[in-house]
Amino acid sequence: MADEHAVVFDRGRQVRLLVVPPLFEEMNRTRRFLVETQRVLDGLGIDSMLPDLPGCNESLQAFSAQSLRSWRDAMAAAASHFAATHVLAVRGGVLVFPTSLPGWVLEPVKGAAILRQLLRARVLAAKEAGAAESSADLLEEGRNHGLELAGYRLSAALVAGLDAAIPQDEGQRVIRQSDLGGSPLWLRSEPGEDAAQSAALARLVAAEASV
Amino acid sequence: MTQTADFDTALRSLLNDVLGLGAARAEALTADSGLFGALPELDSMAVASLLTEIEDRFDVVIDDDEVDGDMLDTFGGLLAFIRAKRGEA
Repeated sequence: MADEHAVVFDRGRQVRLLVVPPLFEEMNRTRRFLVETQRVLDGLGIDSMLPDLPGCNESLQAFSAQSLRSWRDAMAAAASHFAATHVLAVRGGVLVFPTSLPGWVLEPVKGAAILRQLLRARVLAAKEAGAAESSADLLEEGRNHGLELAGYRLSAALVAGLDAAIPQDEGQRVIRQSDLGGSPLWLRSEPGEDAAQSAALARLVAAEASV
Repeated sequence: MTQTADFDTALRSLLNDVLGLGAARAEALTADSGLFGALPELDSMAVASLLTEIEDRFDVVIDDDEVDGDMLDTFGGLLAFIRAKRGEA
């Protein structure tokens, strides 16, 4: 696999958790929350790794070259590289995580829902600027030629992939926001962190993790 | 509690979740409180999040061309829009 940055808490323990982040802006919004969760997990005796998706965060690869397939391949490679025993996939991460690992999915979301929100933000911004665009036309353009949405250059493959993708979980346990308390951090543009939510998520994972 | 009061509470909580207003500001919203144009938090990305959450939590579908100034102008206007969508106007 290409070298990618990862936040790693590795002391060679039995339970090794691969954390697959959400996609697009939700990844940035949940980053502090997830790293804080890793810190708590570390204290609870669990190793964890949060790798970058290619083209995202510190990755040197081009975002415009990515697709759900490239992210799936990268997450499978990361699982193998770190010898992960479990996986925690968050939001859109559920579209690209290695499904053979046991674990958890936090508030899974359909690819079409992610795409719809990105398209909508673009249509609204255009409207404010006095231009008329339609989500349906943009989607069609994106599926054929790729598309710029919310500052990301999506490849045609990524647009088509998102439009069709549903959460891949097969037996992983679904965690809901209500299990963590508080407000969903991925909804806010400036979410900060919520130590109580990180602690709740870490405890839940630690209580159910077994090898 | 009537369903109408439920919508009111649910919309406050949704605005708090999406915009991070804090419970006090969310509770202080009145029917005339300005939203789009009045709350700096409400940019086009936040409006997109807001609409997605409204669709999710109130089980309605909102078309692009329904999104206009009237609908997002005030708290009362948005609440009325959701009620109308749910056939309660």
